Amino acid sequence: MEQLLQQVINGISLGSIYALIALGYTMVYGIIKLINFAHCDVYMIGAYIGYFCMNNFHLGFVPSLLISMVVCTLLGIAIEKIAYKPLRNATRIAVLITAIGVSLFLEYGTMFFVKATSRSYPEMTGMMAQRFNFGNVVISMQQILILAITVVLMILLQLIVKKTRIGKAMRAVSMDRDAAELMGINVDTTITFTFALGSALAGAAGVLVGVYYNSINPLMGVLPGLKAFVAAVFGGIGIIPGAMIGGYFIGAVEVFVSGYGGSLYRDAVVFGILILILIVKPTGLLGKNTREKV
Amino acid sequence: MKKIFETQAVRKLVFLALTFVIIQLLISTNIIDAYLQNTLAAICINIILAVSLNLITGFTGQFSLGHAGFMSIGAYTCAIITLRMPTMLGFFLGVFAGAVLAALIGFVVGLPTLRLRGDYLAIATLGMAEIIRIVFINLKITNGAAGLQGIPRFVNWTWLFIFTVGTVLLISNFLKSSHGRACIAIREDEIAADAMGINTTKYKVTAFVIGAFCAGIAGALYASYFYFLKPNIFDFLKSVNVLVIVVLGGLGSISGSIFAAILLEIISTFLQSLSELRMVMYALLLIIIMIFRPQGLMGSKEVTLSVFNKLGGNFRSGMSKLEQRLKSKKGRV
Amino acid sequence: MSVILNVEKLTKSFGGLTAVSNVNIQLEQGELVGLIGPNGAGKTTVFNLLTGVYVPSSGTITLSRDDNKVALQGLKPYKVCKTGVARTFQNIRLFKDLTVLDNVRIAMHKNVKYGLLSSFLHLPSYKREEKKLTEESIELLKIFNLDNKKDEYAKNLPYGEQRHLEIARALATNPVLLLLDEPAAGMNPAETAKLTELIGWIREKFNLTIILIEHDMSLVMKICERIYVLDYGMVIANGTPDEIKTNKRVIEAYLGEDVSNA
Repeated sequence: MEQLLQQVINGISLGSIYALIALGYTMVYGIIKLINFAHCDVYMIGAYIGYFCMNNFHLGFVPSLLISMVVCTLLGIAIEKIAYKPLRNATRIAVLITAIGVSLFLEYGTMFFVKATSRSYPEMTGMMAQRFNFGNVVISMQQILILAITVVLMILLQLIVKKTRIGKAMRAVSMDRDAAELMGINVDTTITFTFALGSALAGAAGVLVGVYYNSINPLMGVLPGLKAFVAAVFGGIGIIPGAMIGGYFIGAVEVFVSGYGGSLYRDAVVFGILILILIVKPTGLLGKNTREKV
Repeated sequence: MKKIFETQAVRKLVFLALTFVIIQLLISTNIIDAYLQNTLAAICINIILAVSLNLITGFTGQFSLGHAGFMSIGAYTCAIITLRMPTMLGFFLGVFAGAVLAALIGFVVGLPTLRLRGDYLAIATLGMAEIIRIVFINLKITNGAAGLQGIPRFVNWTWLFIFTVGTVLLISNFLKSSHGRACIAIREDEIAADAMGINTTKYKVTAFVIGAFCAGIAGALYASYFYFLKPNIFDFLKSVNVLVIVVLGGLGSISGSIFAAILLEIISTFLQSLSELRMVMYALLLIIIMIFRPQGLMGSKEVTLSVFNKLGGNFRSGMSKLEQRLKSKKGRV
Repeated sequence: MSVILNVEKLTKSFGGLTAVSNVNIQLEQGELVGLIGPNGAGKTTVFNLLTGVYVPSSGTITLSRDDNKVALQGLKPYKVCKTGVARTFQNIRLFKDLTVLDNVRIAMHKNVKYGLLSSFLHLPSYKREEKKLTEESIELLKIFNLDNKKDEYAKNLPYGEQRHLEIARALATNPVLLLLDEPAAGMNPAETAKLTELIGWIREKFNLTIILIEHDMSLVMKICERIYVLDYGMVIANGTPDEIKTNKRVIEAYLGEDVSNA
């Protein structure tokens, strides 16, 4: 029982991270139907920014988190403006290849500057290093922090999407880009804003992972990126609450599979779930079926 | 009509024979040294991979991101068989078994997933390739993450040439048949194809299985030529590389795939010493090409040998001169 | 005369919306029948049900061929096609980036007798069958005056010829029943008149039964022997053109809006 509880807690922490990354995938897919492969590298860059803030400039956790989010936002906007915007009317596959190009560029560009070796985040001290024991169940301050920050960011995101003008524009563009444009919505600005939002969340996830797992490297984004994408598909791609649910689900599955002896096949199980859900309900948990008009 | 066909077939044959002989000569005179031979092998393997993926993605319109998975099945099967049976017979058995096994997995995976459209299929195939890789990491017979070493090398230029030309010819023949046209019709308009009596599921699976079969051959050649395998060779990046060749050459253009495979491998050989920068430049190249020429080098057009000849008497006379020179050279070698 | 197609109580609902409800249609061998009705009446949905694009919620579709009865409901489109039912589409669905010839040859695929092996190796059976296929395709294209354009891309044909090519492609599947979805849409009166003649002619030549959806009443009234009128997914009238012209319910259905607005 205690072990189960511990797994749940670990699963929530990991799931929070996946959910944060998955949100970026899902929002971008919802709005321009692109699997933004570069998204996972924005997350990696976020982790490095946080590392430099804490390690080289000795900033605290919160300032580092905020700086990382700002830098990632700018990076996301830059990627969109430079690489994707010229391809607005190109085929989907051309944009996808571009996304892969951007992804490789960020990965190996980073590797060129910081080298391929892993780096460790500075040791957390004081309040940040606290651990709370409930019997044999341990909750670390980092885990509480991850959950708290994720919840705050998600509430903020919901407020932006549901209550603001630009949020309304985002929803309109994702439903029908042409119609939105005819209604006077600036589609380009809306797309850029979507990238900015997603990238900010990825930046936050990067710093949180750095603090939680300690080790970062230039290729750290690849696998979590794929899994976060699986999470987005699981929940129904393009649907924001779907990405949150998917993130927590994938996090939980992973922790439970490794917790009960299957750690070697942990990733295979996640991808197996992906294929299953695609076969059973390709539009995901919250997705609606649409049919091509004949 | 018949005469034109005859001469074209003859021309094709002469062109292929020349290519083979010239490169064989360059190898035996050591102008293509051991290092360049690796490039040559990589080119041939990439041509097989790209042309077979083009059949799936460029011609049948089914977006696959898992070609490395099929390649790895061929590679490991061939390696395991030749390690236990290090003879020429073992090699052929390995290539055949690898290709058949890859095709079989292709069938099992393709049947349920090919109902999915566009991106969803891409993701499903990506997931499949990752699962295959993880299985190879955990199996005993594949020696886990460390991989297999000392696989007997049976592949030389002759076999590379035969397998490459063979698969390319088979696939392009297929595409010129009614079955191939059925595949192309699916890419053009799946609903119309269905309404015109084409069993779309059957032909999607057919293209997928043929593609997987050829990827299996490519994998087997890889194992036997480079005599070292580990699961991480066949990661997501490998599948992406193949897709990049296909898109760069032009979706739906066999000759485009061949040119792109040659071009990219040569560029990559020249940049080998730059390590990380090489990948950065590769990435930049991708982005730039997609922004300025998203349809790829060839679009969906094909270069045929007759176009080669039309390019000018210059080329033809050059070729014949070269041929003569080679003939005289052949006497000496 | 014998019944070739018998549709009984055909119903299709999408969620809560019933697009087609309790439709009964009977076609006699060799008939040319029109299916008309206001926009959104469910005409194309009926075609999609007949050709297997949609699976009916209930009801039966029976095709009779040489005393064999085949149930079409629930069959996939390609199987429906193989039973001898071919169609064209309202929004032209040609294989745009392929040649005119290939468009027709693809539709003949189900009759091709060589296998995969022969297609890989181009064995004699491949050469023989491909030659036959190409010749037959060109014969068919000649009827539509498209044989001299056989190597052009379908997308480069003028609009009217694209409509013709779609009919040629449907004929290439060797049907007994042909469904034409707004064949004259977008054509000028001269083109429509020519098409009207052509439809009548191919019916004789290929021994076809034809059902067509059309908004151009000049075409419908001129060549259709019988007309079904659909409104809100239901058949509201069925009879000869003259009967339909004077049918009160039909006039209401077409003019109802105007009357109530007035």
